[in-house]
Amino acid sequence: MHASSVVLILLLLGVTVLGFWAAHWREKGTLETMDDWALGGRNFGVIVSWFLIGGDLYTAYTFIAVPALVYGVGAFAFFALPYTIVAYPFAIVTLTRFWTVASKRGYVTAADFVRDRYGDRSLEILVAITGVIAILPYIALQLVGMKVIFGQLGGAFAAGGGVLALTVAFVLLASYTYTSGLRAPALIAFVKDTLIYLTIICAIVAVTHMFGGWAGIFDAAGKALAARPKPATLLLPSQLYFAYGSVALGSALALFIYPHSITSLLSARTRTVVKRNMALLPIYSLLLGFLALLGYAGIAAGIKVANPQLIVPILFQRIFPDWFVGVAYAAIVIGALVPAAIMAIGGANLFASNLFNEFSPTRTSTETRIAKILTLVICAVALLFVIFVNPKYAIGFQFLGGAWILQIFPAFIIGLFTRWFHPKALILGWAVGIVAGTYMAIMTNFTANFPLHLFGGTLIGYGPLYALILNLIVTTIATPIFAAAKVGAGTDFTSAADYA
Amino acid sequence: MKSSKLWYGLLVIPFIATLFPGLYNRLEPHIFGMPFFYAYQLIWTVFCGVILAIFIFATREKTDAR
Repeated sequence: MHASSVVLILLLLGVTVLGFWAAHWREKGTLETMDDWALGGRNFGVIVSWFLIGGDLYTAYTFIAVPALVYGVGAFAFFALPYTIVAYPFAIVTLTRFWTVASKRGYVTAADFVRDRYGDRSLEILVAITGVIAILPYIALQLVGMKVIFGQLGGAFAAGGGVLALTVAFVLLASYTYTSGLRAPALIAFVKDTLIYLTIICAIVAVTHMFGGWAGIFDAAGKALAARPKPATLLLPSQLYFAYGSVALGSALALFIYPHSITSLLSARTRTVVKRNMALLPIYSLLLGFLALLGYAGIAAGIKVANPQLIVPILFQRIFPDWFVGVAYAAIVIGALVPAAIMAIGGANLFASNLFNEFSPTRTSTETRIAKILTLVICAVALLFVIFVNPKYAIGFQFLGGAWILQIFPAFIIGLFTRWFHPKALILGWAVGIVAGTYMAIMTNFTANFPLHLFGGTLIGYGPLYALILNLIVTTIATPIFAAAKVGAGTDFTSAADYA
Repeated sequence: MKSSKLWYGLLVIPFIATLFPGLYNRLEPHIFGMPFFYAYQLIWTVFCGVILAIFIFATREKTDAR
C-alpha cells in the first residue's frame, strides 16, 4: 500500500474516534434536547465557531470545484472571491439580527422564525421544504468530492468505483453525528482546517518555488490559455462583467440562508461571537483565493485532464512526497465530512421542527430523537444519490438548489427587518421565483449565466438572482392586493425587543 | 445613536470595490508577480476583514461586552 493511503486511513480513523468522543466534550446536558444535540448547547465561542462555520462554508467540493473552474474557464472562476468577500458585510447586518431573535425565542431553523413572524403554517412548510431540497444535492456533492480523491488513490479505495470506501466513510459519519450531534463536526473541523491550511501553504510554497514565483506561473498559464482551441486570457471579457458581479452577489445572498449555515451560526454563544466571526471568516476567503490560483499552477505545469475536478489532486501528486499526498487528500476528505455532517443536521432540524406538525411547540427529547434518526436517513439518501445518479446531475441539482434557496430570501431575510409583506404574497412570490429559477436553469443547462433580454439589450447574469428579483416584484405587488381583499395576514408573535 | 448608523455605510464599500470587475480587470501593475486582477481581489479579502473589525469596534454596545 502507498504511504499516502496509510496516512489517509490513519487520519480518517483519528477523526472518527474524535467524532464519537465529541459526545463527552463540553458536556453539559444529556444531548437529549435540540439545543444540546443540534446546536452544541448554543455555547460555542469565537474560536470554535470560526473553525465550525469556516469548515462548514468552505467545503471539500469548493476546494475541488473552484480550481477545476479556473482550469476550465480561467478568470471568471475568481467570482468566488467577491462572493466570499461581500457575504460577510451582508451577514454581519442580517444574520446577527437573526441570531438575536433566534436566541431570544429559541429558534433552531429559519422556518421557525418564519412561522413565528408571519403566523402562517404553509409559508413555514414551504421554507422548510426549500431548505431540505436545497441541502440534499449539496451533501451529495461532498460525496462527489470524496469520490474524486478515492479514485485517485486507487487500490481498495477505488474498488467498485469508490462506492465501498464512500459507504464506509458515510456510515461512520452518520454514526458519530447521530451520537454526538453538532459537537462532532465542531471538533473535527479543527483537524480539517489545520490540514487544509497546512496543505495549501505547502502547495503555494512548492509551486512558487517550482516556477520561480507567481510571475512564472501566470506567464506559463497565460500562454497555455492562449494556445487552447478556444483561446482564453488571464482577464475577463467585458461582456461578462455583469455576470461576474451578479453571480458573486447572488451566491453571497444565498450562502447564509442555507440550513447548514444557520445551524452552525446558531451554535454561537453570544452575538459578539457572531460578529467577530464575520470579521475573521474572510481569512478563509484568502485561502480559497490561493487555492483557486493552484488551478493556474496546474495549467502552468502542463497537466491535461479530461475531468477538470482532477486538477488539484493530480497537482498534489506532482508536487508532494507520497506521504504528504495522504495528508492533502485527508484534508479534502475530512473537508467533505465536516460540512456533510452539519448539512445532515440542518436538514434534519427542518424536518423535526417544521414539517412534523404534531410535535409540541416546546422542544422535547422526542423531537431530538426524530432529528437524530432523520440525520441517518438524509445521509443514506445522499449516498444512494451519488451511487446511482451521474455526478453531473448532482452538480445540476446543486445549482438548482441554489436557485431555490434564494427564493426564501424575502420571507426570511427581509422579514427580519419588516413585517410589511403579506404571508400569502410571499408564497406567491416564492412560487414565481421557483418556477422562473427552474426555467432559467433548464434553459442554460444548469449553468450560472442566463442571457436576459430586456429593453432590446441582452444582459448575461445570474439566473437565480433574476428569479429573486421577479419574486420580490410579485411579492411587492401582491401584498397590497391581498390586504385589500382582506385576506388574513397572520399574527406576528415577535416583538421589536426580540431583535435588539 | 445617529453616528452609529453612519458606520453602516462602511459596509457598502466591499460591495462597490469587488462587484464591479471593470474597476480592476487589468494586468498592470503586477503585485508580487500577480496580475492586478488577482492581487486586487486577494488583498480585498483582508481589507474586508479589517473593515468589519472597524465596524464592530465602532458600533459595539454595552450589552455586547460578554
